[in-house]
Amino acid sequence: MTTPSRYWREIPQRYRLEANKCQSCGTVNFPPRLVCPECQKRDLVATKLAEKGKVISYTIIRVPPHQFIDQAPYAVGIVKLDDGVNLMAQIVDCDFEDLKVGMKVRIEFRKIFDEGEAGILCYGYKFVPD
Amino acid sequence: MEGIVGYGAYIPRNRIKVEEIAKVWGADAPSYKKGLMLEEKSVPSPDQDTITMSVESAKNALKRAAIDPVEIGAVYVGSESHPYAVKPSGTVLAEAIGATPEVHTADFEFACKAGTEGMYVALSLVRAGEIKYGLAVGADTSQGAPGDALEYSAAAGAAAFIFGKEKVVAEAVETYSYMTDTPDFWRREYQYYPQHGGRFTGDPAYFKHVVGAGKGIMEKAGLKASDFDYVIFHQPNGKFPFRVGKMLGFEKKQIEPGWLVSKLGNTYSGSSPLGLTATLDISKPGDKILIVSYGSGAGSDAFIFEVQDRIEEVRNLAPRTQQLLEDNINYLEYGEYAKFRQKIKKAE
Ligand SMILES: [Zn+2]
Repeated sequence: MTTPSRYWREIPQRYRLEANKCQSCGTVNFPPRLVCPECQKRDLVATKLAEKGKVISYTIIRVPPHQFIDQAPYAVGIVKLDDGVNLMAQIVDCDFEDLKVGMKVRIEFRKIFDEGEAGILCYGYKFVPD
Repeated sequence: MEGIVGYGAYIPRNRIKVEEIAKVWGADAPSYKKGLMLEEKSVPSPDQDTITMSVESAKNALKRAAIDPVEIGAVYVGSESHPYAVKPSGTVLAEAIGATPEVHTADFEFACKAGTEGMYVALSLVRAGEIKYGLAVGADTSQGAPGDALEYSAAAGAAAFIFGKEKVVAEAVETYSYMTDTPDFWRREYQYYPQHGGRFTGDPAYFKHVVGAGKGIMEKAGLKASDFDYVIFHQPNGKFPFRVGKMLGFEKKQIEPGWLVSKLGNTYSGSSPLGLTATLDISKPGDKILIVSYGSGAGSDAFIFEVQDRIEEVRNLAPRTQQLLEDNINYLEYGEYAKFRQKIKKAE
């Protein structure tokens, strides 16, 4: 169950892909961190993830968690974004037979799931063919 | 000079053909196709709604405007299908594009006219000097009751416009609005589908208000139909825009570039705004464009725009509306469509 408060805390990442970048080693952290996990420095500046990339792996989910039952079957992929960050999300607007490792995708803003008929609507990023 | 500094469109990839709907209800597809000049309509995926389409159209408008979203002082979403009954669509949009927290946000509702309402207010705030830039979106994922005539046309799409005084792509030359209280189409609270007055939706409703606003703005500006390069009318079906165009003295060729309804359907609050994005895509500097919306209830907003040199720099910075209408199309069967639009009753 996603509580409204948890969803709200994640809005900068879910809506705007806000990340941060280590000034000494260049590592991009998503979500942002206080200390660089690679070099342990604290010299991090705010940045946003690239909105385009290439699929490096994907799978088809046929038995999903309960919030995603109406969407199944659906594709989930790991995408190497143009800034080098790997990001996992659903790949939509693409027939399964057209999915390929190496295909170009971009981020689109979509509804991720809702908490039943009366709960909050959770929005965020998915990939679509570019 | 005030006007549009950036514009953007969004259309979901799914379509359903008139034949596919007619087959289910035993209706005569050729008579709908000929009578209403409709061929197919757009359908949102289950993960698309007025909010998601508003965000995508606004991002396309931002690409063309090339401004810092922090400078947007007003964010308005006009729709009759806001996903929440209580909780604004505009806050999600403002947050997603990075315009928060110093921004005025409101949701507008006026049947199919809600999009141009937001445009009118955003432009007026820019004119008044209250804000530097204002964003207005018209978006809808409207539904017609199964088997009703509206089911053949109720479609999904969004168009976004950023208004400002600098970097103007199309100057806003004149505005005019024409309203009366006319119960031609309505939906009461907690009702899933709208009701309409059948034939009453024509003469005293659509035609009276679109003609009223069209005549009014041309008189106010001292212009006649032949002074315009293009005109966009609200498009509840394919026939009405041509008929009302004739009543106001316009020719077919002035209407055609913004006439999207036969392949798109009626996108309600997005309808005439999407006609405007499609027209801007093909316009040249110096072109004069008239747009007249219509919302049941009833009223019309009218705007005259004059295209500026900057159109040449910005038109290819985001997808063109015709491209969105033609690329990566996915045709649905009625069953998938009914599932996508949550028309199927499931166990609790
Ligand atoms: Zn580091």
